[in-house]
Amino acid sequence: MHDMTLTELARALEAGEFTSRQLTESLLARIERFDGELNSFISVTAEQALAAADAADAARARGEAGPLTGLPLALKDIFCTQDVKTSCGSKMLDNFIAPYDAHVVEKLKHAGTVSLGKTNMDEFAMGSSNENSHYGPVKNPWDLTAVPGGSSGGSAAAVAAGLVPAALGTDTGGSIRQPAAFCGITGLKPTYGRVSRYGMVAYASSLDQAGPMARTAEDCALLLSAIAGHDLRDSTSVARGVPDYRAELGASLSGLRIGLPKEYFGDGLDPEVETAIREAVKVYESLGATVQEVSLPHTHHAIPAYYVIAPAEASSNLSRYDGVRFGHRCNAPADLEDLYKRSRAEGFGDEVKRRILIGTHTLSEGFFDAYYKKAQQVRRLIRQDFMDAFEEVDVLMGPSTPTPAFDLGANKDPVSMYLQDIYTIAINLAGIPGISVPAGTVNGRPVGLQILGPHFAETQLLNVAHQFQQVTDWHQQRPAFGKENA
Amino acid sequence: MQWETVIGLEVHVQLATQSKIFSGASTAFGAEPNSQACAVDLGLPGVLPVLNESAVAMAVQFGLGINAEIPEVSIFDRKNYFYPDLPKGYQTSQMYHPIVGQGEVEITLEDGETKRIRVHHAHLEEDAGKSLHEDFHSMTGVDLNRAGTPLLEIVSEPDMRSAKEAVAYLKAMHSIVTYLGISDGNMAEGSMRCDVNVSVRPKGQEAFGTRAEIKNVNSFRFVERAIAFEVERQIELIEDGGKVVQETRLYDPEADETRSMRTKEEANDYRYFPCPDLLPVVLDAAYVDHLRSSLPELPAEKRARFQNELGLSAYDAGVLSATRAMADFFEGVKEVCGDAKLAANWVQGEFAGHLNKEGLTIASSPVSALQLGELVARVKDETINGKAAKQVFAALWAGEGDSADDIIEARGLKQVTDTGAIEAMIDQVIADSPVQVAQYRDAEPDKRGKMIGYFVGQVMKASRGTANPQQVNGLLKEKLDALC
Amino acid sequence: MALEPKDVRRAAHLARLGLDETDADRYVDDLTRILEMADHLQTVNTDGVAPLAHPLDATQRLRADEVTETDQRERFQRNAPAVENGLYLVPRVVE
Repeated sequence: MHDMTLTELARALEAGEFTSRQLTESLLARIERFDGELNSFISVTAEQALAAADAADAARARGEAGPLTGLPLALKDIFCTQDVKTSCGSKMLDNFIAPYDAHVVEKLKHAGTVSLGKTNMDEFAMGSSNENSHYGPVKNPWDLTAVPGGSSGGSAAAVAAGLVPAALGTDTGGSIRQPAAFCGITGLKPTYGRVSRYGMVAYASSLDQAGPMARTAEDCALLLSAIAGHDLRDSTSVARGVPDYRAELGASLSGLRIGLPKEYFGDGLDPEVETAIREAVKVYESLGATVQEVSLPHTHHAIPAYYVIAPAEASSNLSRYDGVRFGHRCNAPADLEDLYKRSRAEGFGDEVKRRILIGTHTLSEGFFDAYYKKAQQVRRLIRQDFMDAFEEVDVLMGPSTPTPAFDLGANKDPVSMYLQDIYTIAINLAGIPGISVPAGTVNGRPVGLQILGPHFAETQLLNVAHQFQQVTDWHQQRPAFGKENA
Repeated sequence: MQWETVIGLEVHVQLATQSKIFSGASTAFGAEPNSQACAVDLGLPGVLPVLNESAVAMAVQFGLGINAEIPEVSIFDRKNYFYPDLPKGYQTSQMYHPIVGQGEVEITLEDGETKRIRVHHAHLEEDAGKSLHEDFHSMTGVDLNRAGTPLLEIVSEPDMRSAKEAVAYLKAMHSIVTYLGISDGNMAEGSMRCDVNVSVRPKGQEAFGTRAEIKNVNSFRFVERAIAFEVERQIELIEDGGKVVQETRLYDPEADETRSMRTKEEANDYRYFPCPDLLPVVLDAAYVDHLRSSLPELPAEKRARFQNELGLSAYDAGVLSATRAMADFFEGVKEVCGDAKLAANWVQGEFAGHLNKEGLTIASSPVSALQLGELVARVKDETINGKAAKQVFAALWAGEGDSADDIIEARGLKQVTDTGAIEAMIDQVIADSPVQVAQYRDAEPDKRGKMIGYFVGQVMKASRGTANPQQVNGLLKEKLDALC
Repeated sequence: MALEPKDVRRAAHLARLGLDETDADRYVDDLTRILEMADHLQTVNTDGVAPLAHPLDATQRLRADEVTETDQRERFQRNAPAVENGLYLVPRVVE
């Protein structure tokens, strides 16, 4: 059953082929067996999972099951979960037991899902390889010498290895789409404001967005309907009706106008990845879509703008970790300064410190206009690029990443690591939705096709991805790791 | 050399909302430590701020009250610094686009002169918690109940030229916010706090001198004292060839002096930037107009009306409009009794006297405006005389009756105006006082006027104070003179 | 814009991050390269372009002024490293 999609599992539970408890036990056993090597989970909450599974089975017996009742999933350890450790991949929060559930966790619990645990991630969601976790790197199930991507690397690896059928991730500059691409699964970053950020540990507040990671676009649609919607506790959450995204799947792609941003097919793109993407675009043509080249002229300024804006917001968001009310506190502080400086020096890892320092510097007197304000102006130009493009086409397509998953330890230099996010980062600056779908492999490592749409075009994005998955089988391929007979 | 003092004030007013500016925690004063600090106030991971509509409305009302421009868009920024009473490591404030723009307020000095003081702007922000330094074996305890209480920071232009003007300005602010009901203005509890910027310059010089900021001066008197000390310190310093340094100072009321707050003043760099968790606040014209139309009458307007329409003296109008509670009470009494001058006399006389004597506020007064109004009405229609009225008031104050009429009835204090009855009492007094009558008769006519007081007293006593004194006087005079 | 060790130390102090000297040198290196990348922004013509702080042009929603939170001190303070009598404890702050 670990090979089945959420949609298939829902049908099987409905048909009584097995119970949620049986399913949960079987997946917990797989986690037990395989995750020692994969390291995709920080916390496995077996006891709570079994209790939730029993409750789901009981609800089903009473005839009160909904579409998600009894379905297992995992949560990136950035989402607060009541009475369960919420570490955000950091030593700083290694001892933090969240006193409340994040909005999306509340919604998923209410829908009757069964959380198996909290997945590994780059510390405070800062990273593109999952090597920045206090809990050690996650491995890519397709190739254990490769990274799974980041920062939602644990979620992506767990789904790819069949430890769980779906997981929630968060995406600030590509943290859902890039690991989804590297691990051969489907991952959606919704429009900014579509999903509440309440209870999601903040990295960069104007960019962070939670979204589903699963095997298929259909499963992502199912999950998005469950987690999206207005939340009074998040001022940036949008009051807008939530469609039944899965029910909306099925429209023909005949006449769909696809734009290929020429900047997404330039220098730095692995030729084999390009081949895979162009093949995928041909599939769309065969489905009746038209393809044209478009331009997003400010693409190359997205990474610099992002690495000013995100660290600036992060430097402020992470000031609350001061060793006073929660989180790591150094031993025997001599005075207040010492308490702050040592607690934070000990609690944060290297990359987090780097971004705090960059953000603090670029916001400080004499640098603010040149960096922060300039980056915000460029941000507007980047958003305008997308708005202009969507005047001409319905969706944009390109590679999710310039290369397939790179080797663990391959990118020691922070800047070369940052450049990996060239195709995903602008989307967060513009706040538009994007989805990555499996579209081939290169040397046994998956390739992701990224599809972008205008604000709130999730219905269309999911359908465009879904139609592709009706005529291709990349999403059905499974890594050798995690096979039961392995 | 002649020196001129230049003063600017930053007044922090805690707004009288039920809940905090960005969370649903209570703002009530005096709760158990940290029992009113919710997840948002504590800055726990993942929580987010949502703006309180009353805080916005109150800030706008204040702006309208000082005739300020209300910008369509205001924006919250983060002011970043570390301190134990600042849970998030930043204070959410408004640096570049405050909710209230430029305005002005008229102050009245003790000699009755008025002066306009410009307000640069007022912005919304969140209050910090409190650090408690006692009793924790060399540790400091942090209580975050106050964290997140809405503050309106009102920043004046450096328009004040003396401590007295500064106090008058602060009183005007106090009066406006309490009139609007947007703050209780309780300085002892910290609902209204004040930072004072003071500098001196040679008289006639245009450029400002270097200023010192005196933080957290929390009473009218301390503001006056702190400025007086600081002005003297700065002048002495300069005259001795020294230089004033720009710094933050603290006023110590016990030593009656200001002291430099930090020995190594580090260059603060607050790294203000727009708060990404809050969106621009947009106030449309209809909303502002609605608040404008529901604005209560403010102290200056009220004072003018008391003088011009009710015919009160400038002094009475000033006293009675000083606080909203006083003005409301006076107007309540006036409504009931229908006589502004009588009402003014009673409110400032017996009523204020009793409050002062017992240290009570109007809110805790045992006598209501309705009760006092009914009493004054009985004075006006001559049901009782002034003397009896004081008795009735004392009885009301002591809770010995619900209304003036009940007490008048129960104690038989109704004024006797029946000439026959008064004449009978006079005849009796004359009959009982042969010695005094003889003295009266023997006295020079111009001395008799004084001597009549004895007889009036006796008649009033006989009537238990209820006889109409004017009638008693007239009739007595007639009868005694007839005997001469 | 060139970054100097004193800039890093200043940022570290503002951010209350303890850095030892070798850390500081390493960060000067990393941060210099990151800022060099950020300096590319200077090549973009942004005359007359308003800064964009939020991806959607939305405005702030206001919350009704109601007390909705109850006392959860005990629950919240379970995560606190040092409390006494309901207060969070820190090394003595000298005013």
